[in-house]
Amino acid sequence: MSLVARKLEAQGIATVVVGSARDIVEECGVARMLFVDFPLGNPTGKPNDREMQRSIVSLALDVVDTAIGPRSTVQAPIRWGTDDWRTAFMEIGEHNIDKLRAAGEKRRAAQAGS
Amino acid sequence: MAARADRQITHRSYVSYIDKSREYYSASGYDQPYRWAAHDEVPFTRLDKPLSECNVAVVTTTFLHHHDSAHGAPATGKQVYHHAVADVPDQMFTADLSWDKQATHTDDTESFLPLGSLQSLVDDGKIGALNHRFFGVPTEYSQRKTGLDADAIASWCAEDGVDIALLVPL
Repeated sequence: MSLVARKLEAQGIATVVVGSARDIVEECGVARMLFVDFPLGNPTGKPNDREMQRSIVSLALDVVDTAIGPRSTVQAPIRWGTDDWRTAFMEIGEHNIDKLRAAGEKRRAAQAGS
Repeated sequence: MAARADRQITHRSYVSYIDKSREYYSASGYDQPYRWAAHDEVPFTRLDKPLSECNVAVVTTTFLHHHDSAHGAPATGKQVYHHAVADVPDQMFTADLSWDKQATHTDDTESFLPLGSLQSLVDDGKIGALNHRFFGVPTEYSQRKTGLDADAIASWCAEDGVDIALLVPL
């Protein structure tokens, strides 16, 4: 998606990426990012929270309007409320290491066969 | 302002998905880590008119369901698409994308495809217009393919007179 933003900017269209994977977007290099520090899935606000959703989108537009140069990242001033998702997502541990390896092997075998 | 910090931390708090995915796929037995795109130079277009006069389009990585459109998404063979904002289904197809299915859900499309929020900002005069169609792009493994998809979206945006693109990766 960041590659799309770059292409649009190069063709004269102002962009903002609204996202939660800050490192991926910033390493790719985009004109503007509104970073929403949420679990992946709801970058424009918690489900059914219309007020929050509207404020995030409004802030993203303000970032477009006011950024002075490329690589402008603003972090939305909101929190998810819990932090356990930060470690739970794609977690690797004793409890699942064998399962992960087996699933990977199965996927590779399927890909080799297709 | 209180002197006491809200938290004490020893590591950065925001998640590095580059680190996480590398470690996860390594644990799954993949030898080669995914190589993410990185650039030194970043193009930048300054907004040359007030927000209140701008036509705003959304770009999403989600797809319509099969039964909603010819652009409906199988997990493979997805094509870049455009779709009328007046005809958005209640649900988008997100099951095959990588997002945190334990922590949250995508049942509310406004949480990642904010067409209603943008329309309310049009109604309030903050922006000029919501573009009559939004755009969808597959999250491709191939950066070359994404480049071609980006060309398609750029030409649709030019056709529609889009001033601002709001890109929302899931």
